[in-house]
Amino acid sequence: MNALLFGATSLIAQETARLWAARGDGLFLVARNAERLEAVAADLRTRGARVFTRAADLDDAALHAALYGEAAAALGSIDLVLLAHGSLGDQLQCQRDFAAAERVLRTNFVAATSLLELAAARFEPERRGAIVALGSVAGDRGRASNYVYGAAKAGLAAYLSGLRNRLAKSGVAVITVKPGQTDTPMTAAVKKGPLFSSAATVARAIVRGVDARQDVIYAPWWWRLVMAVIRAIPERVFKKLSL
Amino acid sequence: MQSWGRVPRARDQVALPIHWRSDALPRAAGRTLLPYGRGRSYGDVCLNEGGALLVTSALDRFISFDEERGLLCCEAGAGLDDVLRLCVPRGWFLPVTPGTKQVTIGGAIANDVHGKNHHRAGPFGRHVTRLELLRSDGRRIVCRPGDEWFEATVGGLGLTGLILWAEVRLRRIASALIDVETLRFEDLDGFLELSAASDAAHEYTVAWIDCTHAAGRGVFFRGDHAREGKLPDAAHAVRGARLSVPFDLPRAALARPALRLFNSLYRAAHRPSRALVHYEPFFYPLDAVRSWNRLYGARGFFQFQCVVPEPAPLRGMLAAVARSGRASFLAVLKRFGDLPSPGMLSFPRPGLTLALDFPNDGAPTLALLAGLERAVLDAGGALYPAKDAAMSRAAFAASFPRVAGFKRYVDPAFSSSLWRRLAA
Repeated sequence: MNALLFGATSLIAQETARLWAARGDGLFLVARNAERLEAVAADLRTRGARVFTRAADLDDAALHAALYGEAAAALGSIDLVLLAHGSLGDQLQCQRDFAAAERVLRTNFVAATSLLELAAARFEPERRGAIVALGSVAGDRGRASNYVYGAAKAGLAAYLSGLRNRLAKSGVAVITVKPGQTDTPMTAAVKKGPLFSSAATVARAIVRGVDARQDVIYAPWWWRLVMAVIRAIPERVFKKLSL
Repeated sequence: MQSWGRVPRARDQVALPIHWRSDALPRAAGRTLLPYGRGRSYGDVCLNEGGALLVTSALDRFISFDEERGLLCCEAGAGLDDVLRLCVPRGWFLPVTPGTKQVTIGGAIANDVHGKNHHRAGPFGRHVTRLELLRSDGRRIVCRPGDEWFEATVGGLGLTGLILWAEVRLRRIASALIDVETLRFEDLDGFLELSAASDAAHEYTVAWIDCTHAAGRGVFFRGDHAREGKLPDAAHAVRGARLSVPFDLPRAALARPALRLFNSLYRAAHRPSRALVHYEPFFYPLDAVRSWNRLYGARGFFQFQCVVPEPAPLRGMLAAVARSGRASFLAVLKRFGDLPSPGMLSFPRPGLTLALDFPNDGAPTLALLAGLERAVLDAGGALYPAKDAAMSRAAFAASFPRVAGFKRYVDPAFSSSLWRRLAA
């Protein structure tokens, strides 16, 4: 398999790519920081993958189309696209400063829509391929502690649902991944509770779900139950909870 | 974050995860720093009470692997299990391995660990060909065997700076199996005879001793990598834990009769035999049981490992342990070879090494440990910091005569609970 990974230095993307690398897959990695990107690439190469890299800031949508072209040329063909770039932002800062909120929305949602459309345009006529994007359980219900990030991920989930509906008849898989709380650099400042999972655990769930062409993957699986309960709480009760 | 022995317990530690080798060291207002891998050393060598721990679990990337020459370069937080998963299917093995694969490369270097092949291969540090150190002043030092920074860092207890990555020379294997012979001995002389007869011909030798018997009866294992066979694929190269200890056992579970029974059963289960076994049960029997340290109860346990140049003092020590009734499950005896250790503070040196563990009963346990320490020092021996929570400053100084020279290489921003207890 040949995969194009956006946000390849995110810990979840790195752990997922390690599992693909062990199968000898071809991987084209895109991330902002060139030094970190090279560290991840060397690791995946050592594990058996064919690896190509390009450092790029994905907030700049003007770069997106060229990245697909470069990846296709390097890999020969693209079978799967994984969108893993994201940023948690700081909720309080987002409340005070619209520019901060806009950045969170751009990174987690706006940039994703550009990248997803380019993937769809490539796969739809070929009638094959898989589009995998990392959402979050935070998008399942807005909470006071991170609703700007949650709204971006909710928007992404709705977008993916629509895209899945559109591409179903072309045989293109659209897969929404919703990791629960995961111990990664993105959550370094968050106090870790018992619900936290390792990125490696999340990655195993992703690889299993992608192999099975599952529409929506909760990672780990039991977050599906947790979020079903949380979504079922009536709004008049939910709004009074401190979450 | 605690150590595997859970004695002592460190309070007030801040965890600073390290994610990228290109990043600068994080700052921790007024706190000293200490690298922390997987917390598998036993006492306080991996603890930094009142300080900060540089947690290296995410610094676990491979950098390169030369499959022709067996040279593996990886970040310091990579575990021996990670290395085995990569290398065994490709016909390479760790040059030296301790009794658990749940340690990091950085930890293996910082404690200059040893294994069942010490008489052939020396300690782990002899197989490190390069490493990079990140100092708190931002300096990055790549050093090699023979360099002063290398000699300070191998066995340097994590105090010379953060090891970012290392290059290790692996050992060729044709099979994941070990050809193991199991023999019994009735006393210390029996062990010495077997050891003398086996060390020249076998790569791995080690003995288990029944510490409930003063004479030192036990079981001797000698093994070699099978010369032919099949290498496993990546999915089967490394086994995970199949059992787990979900809670702290009550201390009564380790009462004298239970220990006698366990030791007798262990001996009974190891009849003289020869067999081909997977490397995991041979090297890592305890890795099959997750959280086995809970067997010792909530108060934790002490490890004690010494090396003495001659066997004589071991008789008195084994008798004292048997008399105390605090004997352990897993007493291990091995003869170290005479290959020199590269580190200024490396523990392995020629002689006999004995490793014991004792559930923590407070004062009586400490008194027993103090008596054992005295016997070791009188014999001109040394104690192993990676397994220590109880040695005296005098014992540390006697064990490591080069400590004064070593101090020049300690990073001024680094410290550890053990270092403050024994030397700083």
